[in-house]
Amino acid sequence: MYWQEDKECMSRGALEQLQLERLQSTLYRVGTHVPFYRQQFSEMKLDYEGFNSLEDIRKLPFTTKQDLRDSYPYGLFAVPLREVVRVHSSSGTTGQATVVGYTKNDIKNWSDLVARVLCAAGVTADDVIQIAFGYGLFTGGFGIHYGAERLGASVIPISAGNTKRQIQIMQDFKTTALVCTPSYALNIADVLFDMGINPAGLSLRVGLFGAEPWSEAMRREINEKLGIRATDNYGLSEVMGPGVAGECEECNGLHINEDHFLVEILDPETLEPVAEGEVGELVITTLTKEAFPMIRYRTRDLTRLLPGPCPCGRTFRRMHRILGRTDDMLIIKGVNVFPTQIESILFNIDGTEPHYRIIVERENHQDRATVMVEVKESLFSDQMSKQRALIDTIKKQLNSELGISVEVKLVEEKTLERFEGKGQRVIDKRKI
Amino acid sequence: MLKIRNLQSGYGKIRVLKHVSMHVDPGEIVTIIGANGAGKTTLLSTIAGLVKATTGEADFKGTNTLKVKADAIPALGCVMVPEGRQVFAAMTVEENLLLGGHVLQKQGKQVLADLLQHQYERFPILRDRREQLAGTLSGGEQQMLAIGRALMSKPSLVMMDEPSTGLAPLIVKEIFQIIVRLREEGNTVLLVEQNAKAALGIADRGYVMETGKIILQGPAEDLLANQDVQRAYLGRERTEKQ
Repeated sequence: MYWQEDKECMSRGALEQLQLERLQSTLYRVGTHVPFYRQQFSEMKLDYEGFNSLEDIRKLPFTTKQDLRDSYPYGLFAVPLREVVRVHSSSGTTGQATVVGYTKNDIKNWSDLVARVLCAAGVTADDVIQIAFGYGLFTGGFGIHYGAERLGASVIPISAGNTKRQIQIMQDFKTTALVCTPSYALNIADVLFDMGINPAGLSLRVGLFGAEPWSEAMRREINEKLGIRATDNYGLSEVMGPGVAGECEECNGLHINEDHFLVEILDPETLEPVAEGEVGELVITTLTKEAFPMIRYRTRDLTRLLPGPCPCGRTFRRMHRILGRTDDMLIIKGVNVFPTQIESILFNIDGTEPHYRIIVERENHQDRATVMVEVKESLFSDQMSKQRALIDTIKKQLNSELGISVEVKLVEEKTLERFEGKGQRVIDKRKI
Repeated sequence: MLKIRNLQSGYGKIRVLKHVSMHVDPGEIVTIIGANGAGKTTLLSTIAGLVKATTGEADFKGTNTLKVKADAIPALGCVMVPEGRQVFAAMTVEENLLLGGHVLQKQGKQVLADLLQHQYERFPILRDRREQLAGTLSGGEQQMLAIGRALMSKPSLVMMDEPSTGLAPLIVKEIFQIIVRLREEGNTVLLVEQNAKAALGIADRGYVMETGKIILQGPAEDLLANQDVQRAYLGRERTEKQ
């Protein structure tokens, strides 16, 4: 099932032609309408009109989160505010907030792109879709909402939070599709279990999860606990919101909506393209955005492109689920560690629950990492030896995978705080 | 069907087209809109081989038309309906039409006769006036003749340059209906127009040109909704004082 088959399955040649056309007019627009880019282009003596091929994108300057912050609130808008019909903003939890805007056409394209992602995940007009992403300034809620409406599904705009009510509505409204963060999906699964509700009795069949990095092991956990097929999707408000990329029913990589986004995978240090299929930072240039075009936006997200065509028939390149963030990367004892690595290991060990914290401290100039992980209650009533054995197993596996030794603490079920939106699983107490 | 990349061309030292990239898919009406002097006609003329390109590629069904002489391009299936009709005033309607079919001459008289009948069915008024000199036709009739003449070569792409120029609004409407009908019959049309509203009203996609560059492109409905297009070409908003 495709939403826009003529685009999603277009030949590589036709796609590249379209990308070039769209890139050329995007460059013209930002070069004339956005002072930030106009200045950069002129400083670099960049003849953006002389763009001959998609490879020329490498001559263009990057845009970073800091540039967005410096332009707060409307500095990077390419159209006057009167043409903007919607404004979203990042929460600003990690610094100055950033603001993005959309014209009428942007909203239309956004809706179509989200509809593509939903459709690829198996959602149809017959589905009842519960959107448990936060509504408001965050792009997740409204982004999925408009796409789901465009698709013709029955939308329940419940927003995030109040898990018991979510479940109540899920039961009463016969929700078939759930959209939220993966950690919240697990949270819902736990509460279901506590309430003594068998997920098999629900109508739920698919779930689309995103907005935070998660692992394959976490997918299995969600599929099992909720009895659904979970798919990953990717987006970020700086370039649009959800709808940038999404998994099809093959669940093997996220198809990037390449007719609207030109992606590069670059080495975060050298900013040169990585070899085909290697891991690097995802850098995105918007090709159709009117209000808020982005040139080479550095997402800080790490991924790699997957080789070969997808059996689903879509021709858009697939990227691996996000492997981590360049700025989430922990350097513990000089070793690069991504929280998602630790997560995968924990999830594959029997007896642990999918809730954990990573605490990094520094004592006497020595890094110390502690992983706190929930285990089943029964383990605590058992002999100490079993607990010790489990700790040993976890330690060994972490050590062999990460190359550093990590302390492990077992905690009782439901003692770690649960998340309703994006999870914060890493507590870095080091003062550097 | 037609794929253009980084096309540049001009007249003498004057550079008109600057890195123009665009494409036309089979069965589409694609329109190029823009103000006077934006380079729309130059673009069509360059594709048709009438103006020489300095750099770039123009791939028409696998042939680089920039390397083909202008007189050989219609035989490839790419014809142009020039601005201001340019019918041969001193020849009859039927002679004009038959001239349009000259590239098919080798296929025999029957083919031409069938095509001629086809044009008469499409434009009954031309049948009525078949013996009349083309110069005596009204503007709208001349435009129909120019379109019919182009279609006589069974083209796969019809390029039309400002078919609405100098025609009364009612006639313009009729001409545009004809263009829509051409698409329904499976033809592909590349339409250059100053009348942006009418052109976007019938087109699938559009490109907006300004000073030799394509500054916007997209589905026609998106361009109609775009405020820049509305301001500049659709006259929805009065120009604000700076």
